[in-house]
Amino acid sequence: MADETELRRLFELMLLVRAFEPEAERQYKKAKIGGYCHLATGQEATHVGAVGAMRDDDVLVAAYRVHGLALARGVEPGAVMAELFGRVDGCAHGRGGSMHLLDVERGFLGGWGIVGGHLPVATGVALELARREEPRAVLCELGDGAVNTGAWHESLNLAALWKLPVVFLVVNNRYGMGTSVERASAEPDLHKRACAYRMRGEKVDGDDLVAVVECTRELLARARDEYEPSVLEAVTYRYRGHSVADAGWSYRSKEEVEEHQRRDPIERAAEQLGLGEDEVAELREQAKQRVKEAVEFADASAEPDVASLGEHVYGDPDSGEQVARMAAGAPFGEGEL
Amino acid sequence: MSETMTVREALRMALREEMARDDRVTILGEEVGLFEGSYRVTAGLMEEFGAERVRDTPISEEGFTGAAIGAAMAGGRPVVEIMTVNFSLLAFDQIVNNAAKIRYMFGGEAGCPLVVRMPGGGGSQLTAQHSQSFDAWFAHVPGLKVLAPATPADARGLLKAAIRDDDPVMFLESFPLYNIKGEVDEDDDVTPIGRARVAREGTDITFVAHSYAVVRALRVADALAEEHDVSAEVIDLRSLRPLDFEAVAESVRKTNRALCVEEGWATYGVSAELAARIGFACFDYLDAPVGRVGAAEVPLPYAKNLEQAALPNDEKIAAAARQVLDI
Repeated sequence: MADETELRRLFELMLLVRAFEPEAERQYKKAKIGGYCHLATGQEATHVGAVGAMRDDDVLVAAYRVHGLALARGVEPGAVMAELFGRVDGCAHGRGGSMHLLDVERGFLGGWGIVGGHLPVATGVALELARREEPRAVLCELGDGAVNTGAWHESLNLAALWKLPVVFLVVNNRYGMGTSVERASAEPDLHKRACAYRMRGEKVDGDDLVAVVECTRELLARARDEYEPSVLEAVTYRYRGHSVADAGWSYRSKEEVEEHQRRDPIERAAEQLGLGEDEVAELREQAKQRVKEAVEFADASAEPDVASLGEHVYGDPDSGEQVARMAAGAPFGEGEL
Repeated sequence: MSETMTVREALRMALREEMARDDRVTILGEEVGLFEGSYRVTAGLMEEFGAERVRDTPISEEGFTGAAIGAAMAGGRPVVEIMTVNFSLLAFDQIVNNAAKIRYMFGGEAGCPLVVRMPGGGGSQLTAQHSQSFDAWFAHVPGLKVLAPATPADARGLLKAAIRDDDPVMFLESFPLYNIKGEVDEDDDVTPIGRARVAREGTDITFVAHSYAVVRALRVADALAEEHDVSAEVIDLRSLRPLDFEAVAESVRKTNRALCVEEGWATYGVSAELAARIGFACFDYLDAPVGRVGAAEVPLPYAKNLEQAALPNDEKIAAAARQVLDI
């Protein structure tokens, strides 16, 4: 059982995510944010609980609905918002945007945009940690849509075959974009897929903070200490559309959304912690204040210098010398990059 | 000290030396260990370095290429062997969407020091699905480095450079090159990335080639000298991205004629890129339009005579050279 101080910290992070995401949507509508922008409102217990169960030196690899995961991992809200704004103080310095948040110092190796494409990468991080015999685990977050890709099968097979310290956290929010799990998966009980690899597969109520923390913590410990990979399916629900561009009403009803909102994960966590309405209201205000400051930070941050466009394509110290003789005869403008 | 060896042996030498030098270096791929390599490049390495560092994988190109990317991000220096370049298509999402993008889309905060070795090319009646060259596809992608050696010395020197490089390197090997022999200077460690080589000096026409096409170009150059008293220069690109275009331009400005030769399909190919650059940078020096030769634009057929007719064979290259030379 997670101790009360820790749960309280996680509860505050849930409130931070709950305040952050609607603000991101507002800023998107003001055109401060562009591109794709996937919100996690409603999924706070899963995102915060699972990441909260990690140790500091564990590694997080995730898909693209990652604002909440980044905040849960301790990335400054200002660095997240600045990335959404495309500013230099963003955690990817304005080159990644909403889907490609990361924080290497905190063991958060990205935000990845191709469904299922990061599963082999997470598996490989675990492979390297195991090769070095470091007692660290990888938490690989993915959506319910990713379990029908070939990368899912290949990654689970490799993880089980090679006994790698990785937990595949399937965030089942019932829909991959607008396609329900039942319309996409022949075995809609997604955690059961693990048995095909002789791997432990568990299911947890993803809207129950305490349950998510406990379940993830146990599986990460098994990964870390016993080299036992696993699948954890957290069943939750997103209140908003797939992205801010999706109203979300063509494939689900208002009644369905409202039904889920009546069992809101934040209210449930408040009850578990025995927090009164006034106290929660005060914490909500504090969270909103942090988000307001994040927007101010992002607004004050500079746009990337256009002269830096060609930086970071390569990183080897000799790269400048290697590419120097490519400029001659190059397409217009390329020689100057 | 120099020694005569095959490209295959030179590649193995590079792998062994780099694994001994740096314990972060590992090998992953199908049949690289117990089987000793489908083309025997990794023969003996599992025995020498153990099954953890020379790791046999299931047939799972997307899985193990992606896993190598993750290992590279986490501090390893993995060298992936994809049995043949044809199977790299199963890993293209990992190579193009992940490996090539990591450094940039994460704002320089993460890197991917990965090498992917893969042999390709035709000529062994392996037919449509097993005889391809995708050099241009890889070279098209910013974020990747693409190397294609033609000699044992460069096979060793460039593979060592690739392993030491902090960026993802696609290392293009060639079936018909594996048994080619040459001198390897044991002290001459690393071939710099992004530097072409003058494989043969000449004054009348420049052949620009890479990988096995260099061997073809050299043969044709010798024949042209004998039969037509033509002095052909051969530039071996060695590195496709970064491209040492200065070496090409310098040669073409001297010879005033250029023929670009490649093993793959020339339309939208490496030779297309070279011709465009030569046309732009050497316009005033050209005495004839830039010529190109590649594989016939058909899937490679099985019948030996058909396959030979489809490859950029010596007769085809010589005919194209005569066209550029107007003889």
